[in-house]
Amino acid sequence: MLRHPPRFATRLLHWFLAPHRVEELEGDLDELFQQRIRQVGLRKARWRYVRDVVSVLRPSLIKREDTKTYPKPAMTTMLRNYLKVAFRNLAKNRVYSFINIFGLASGMTVAMLIGLWLYDELSFDRQFKQYNRLAKLWQFVKFDVEKASYDVMPIPLAQELRSKYPDFESVGLSVTRSVILATGERKLLKTGNYVEPDFISMVSLNVVAGAPFGANDMNAILLSASLANVLFGAENPVNKLIKLDNKQTVKVAGVYKDFPANSTFNDVTFLIPWQFFAANDAGAKLDQNEWDSNSYQIYAQLKPGADFDQVSAKIKDIRMKHDNPPGYKPEFFLHPMTKWHLFADFKDGVNTGGLITFVWLFGSIGVIVLLLACINFMNLSTARSEKRAKEVGIRKAIGSLRSQLIAQFFSESLLMALLAFILAMVFVQLTLPFFNQVAEKKMIVLWSNPWFWIAGIGFSLLTGLIAGSYPALYLSSFQPIKVLKGIRRTSRSATIPRRVLVGFQFTVSVTLIIGTIIVFRQVEHAKDRPVGYSRSGLVEIGIMTPELAGHYDALRNDLLRTGAVSGMSESSNSVTVQYGGTTDISWKGKKSGSKPLVMTNYVSHDYGKTVGWQLKEGRDFSRTYSTDTASVILNEAAVRLMGFKNPIGEMVRRGSPSREYQVIGVIKDMVKEDPFKPVNPAFFAINYGNVNTINLRLAPQLSAHEALEKIEQVVKSYSPDSPFDYKFVDDQYAQKFGVEERIGRLAGGFAILAILISCLGLFGLASFMAEQRTKEIGIRKVLGASVFNVWQLLSKEFVMLIVIAFCLATPIAYYVLSDWLQNYPYRTELSWWIFAAAGAGALFVTLLTISYQSIKAALMNPVKSLRSE
Amino acid sequence: MKGTYLGEFEEVVLLAVAIRTGDAYGAAVVNEIEQQMGRSVNLGAVHSALNRLQEKGLVNSEMGGMTAERGGRRKRLYTVTAYGRRALEEIRQLRNQMWGAIPNTAWT
Repeated sequence: MLRHPPRFATRLLHWFLAPHRVEELEGDLDELFQQRIRQVGLRKARWRYVRDVVSVLRPSLIKREDTKTYPKPAMTTMLRNYLKVAFRNLAKNRVYSFINIFGLASGMTVAMLIGLWLYDELSFDRQFKQYNRLAKLWQFVKFDVEKASYDVMPIPLAQELRSKYPDFESVGLSVTRSVILATGERKLLKTGNYVEPDFISMVSLNVVAGAPFGANDMNAILLSASLANVLFGAENPVNKLIKLDNKQTVKVAGVYKDFPANSTFNDVTFLIPWQFFAANDAGAKLDQNEWDSNSYQIYAQLKPGADFDQVSAKIKDIRMKHDNPPGYKPEFFLHPMTKWHLFADFKDGVNTGGLITFVWLFGSIGVIVLLLACINFMNLSTARSEKRAKEVGIRKAIGSLRSQLIAQFFSESLLMALLAFILAMVFVQLTLPFFNQVAEKKMIVLWSNPWFWIAGIGFSLLTGLIAGSYPALYLSSFQPIKVLKGIRRTSRSATIPRRVLVGFQFTVSVTLIIGTIIVFRQVEHAKDRPVGYSRSGLVEIGIMTPELAGHYDALRNDLLRTGAVSGMSESSNSVTVQYGGTTDISWKGKKSGSKPLVMTNYVSHDYGKTVGWQLKEGRDFSRTYSTDTASVILNEAAVRLMGFKNPIGEMVRRGSPSREYQVIGVIKDMVKEDPFKPVNPAFFAINYGNVNTINLRLAPQLSAHEALEKIEQVVKSYSPDSPFDYKFVDDQYAQKFGVEERIGRLAGGFAILAILISCLGLFGLASFMAEQRTKEIGIRKVLGASVFNVWQLLSKEFVMLIVIAFCLATPIAYYVLSDWLQNYPYRTELSWWIFAAAGAGALFVTLLTISYQSIKAALMNPVKSLRSE
Repeated sequence: MKGTYLGEFEEVVLLAVAIRTGDAYGAAVVNEIEQQMGRSVNLGAVHSALNRLQEKGLVNSEMGGMTAERGGRRKRLYTVTAYGRRALEEIRQLRNQMWGAIPNTAWT
């Protein structure tokens, strides 16, 4: 049949019409259609067809066939009834339902967020194919009393490992540098590594375009995909040329997929052959065969089956077996990749963990918060279920079996737990960006990971089962006669578990409050520490290109002339870091055999004035004394170390070839390293060659923005091809507190949540108790009790619980926190008022929570509460 | 069973079913009405009327055999029940009675 009716009309018919009518109606329509084609033509026939279809779509014909059979009650019917009753209960007790579901959902949210965080931490560096065979070379060295640990190595060690130790499959040197990459107009300061080709195969680098460089390539570079995109956009970057630090030119050999965010190499944006570095870097040229210059990283891959500890034992004394072993007795060892991230701390030659502490800490906080939420859930469901004793009685009288009642209560609590789970997923999705920001991570919800679902749903089921077990097993045992007659069995023993649980909740909350206060106090304590120089308005510029170096006086004069800066100097490294120390230093009265490390700082004459150090004795460097090139300024720690009574004028012998230096001044200790640690002994000496940082003090009369613009002009006039990259010392210093502040913020957040969850539970319990005692309160009021009396009556029990919780929390918090503070040599006190404040805070919040309920109960008109029976 | 009141269109449909006895289905009824009354009828109206008539017990239906004409689809054949026939007769009788009651002078 070529002549068919309009298809859409036929389809409409099938969509809407009752299935049992479709056949006859379609037949009729078709018959009429064919007949009308003959009578009035195709066009009109189609039109009539559509009209008929529309006329057919009327309710009486759309209505489905009435089967007229009676429903057969099945398992599902009863389950439907349970769900219906459960939903009615939820809707009837809105406040309880909200508290219950919301509390459990927030507990689950916290647990999920922490779970994601743990997953991220534990999967760190696990994306590399051979991660369990990779290691980094470290060494223990003994300067003075304790063994210190460093991950920097001498260059010849790599060749030694490769040639003489068959346990190694491959060994690769590497060094990280910040380099200015220039192509066309674009100039960027980026961090990347110079590596030997073996490194590429070790980390199973995923080269997406071009090819990795081999042993013979020298002027080549591999770019990360994101950097290639920034530099070249949509163009094909392969074989393009890039100028490094305005000196040499390299060719792009290939592009690799960015290293994953949770890997040690996540900030490596490019790779350049080690050969290039060895040929061009002044230091590397000198260090080629230097066994005592430790500045480079070595990565190694062991052969399958080789054991890290055994290989470490073999390579331990490599240096000591060579000629002229140094006094600091280096012991080389392998640090396996699986431990880089979480076990990075060493103390006196022993691994003392590291971030793993926080994995445990936050893991336990997650479990505890979840436990709090579960306790709430159980407390509220059990307290509330007693009100349903009558329902149980009636159901039993009508013929319900005990097993059916058990099924009913379980299905109810499972429903709540699942609702909470769904809500928690929404919360997680909403709070994850914020959590990522606080935790400085790039986490995503593992929607596609089956374990995530199994854990989440499994946990909801478990919570539902535990919370539902009391009403299901206890309430279902009621005898209908007793229940319906009105004999309530509320023995005192029934409330004891509830009290224990509430007490536990508050113990946890108080502990967390104390912990949060202490962490913040510790951070504040270190922040308030006198740093020995003035940070405000101090800006630093790295000397990256040769154009900026070597014009000290001209650059200084030009900068000062702009009026944007009030002081300018140059130094080896930023004022907020302390690289490089020496043991090759001696003084009168130094104990023979001791090899203390003294930190080295090279500065220009104006350094002291620019950074604003505080002279304690003697004088600053000055151009009027030509002898100042042979002078040093010591810090207080160095004076203590050297044991000088009158340091000014003492002589210090250092350098190679060693020379005598006269001490001309002593400054107060400058906090350049970890603000939580004591300052190391250090000296400052004049050296215009060995500097890499320009220190600038901004003039106070100009805004920072204006001043920086003027400085940029001057810097650009010297080095037009490099990006103007400056750093505020304030910001750099603040970064030193990153870890501690992050812990503080997270602990604070969790403490608030724990308290919130506990208070939700308390609120529910208090309102339940007030409701149960409505009559009692009414009678008491009739007999003359005041509002205060009633409030006291209802609050007393909870206050007792808080006091007990406080007594338990104090020793726990004291023990844990004094342990934590032991990590910091420069630490705050655990003063008594912190504990008192936490206890008072918890008490206050509790009273606030329950007072709403108890005052409401106390203000109720006794006539109303006693009227009905 | 709904009330026995018969609407005008229902009456027409019921008559058409009676006329086409043995082969009374939707399309046939439409054709019959269009032929007899010279006006076009919607299939939907006819079917819903048949539906109502069946609910009132005035017609019965059963599925008939299939024909090539309808693309192999079966048709539902309607038959007037005894009760349906009586309803038609009552209406006719009522009309006749009323016709008889018209006085002769009415038309002059």
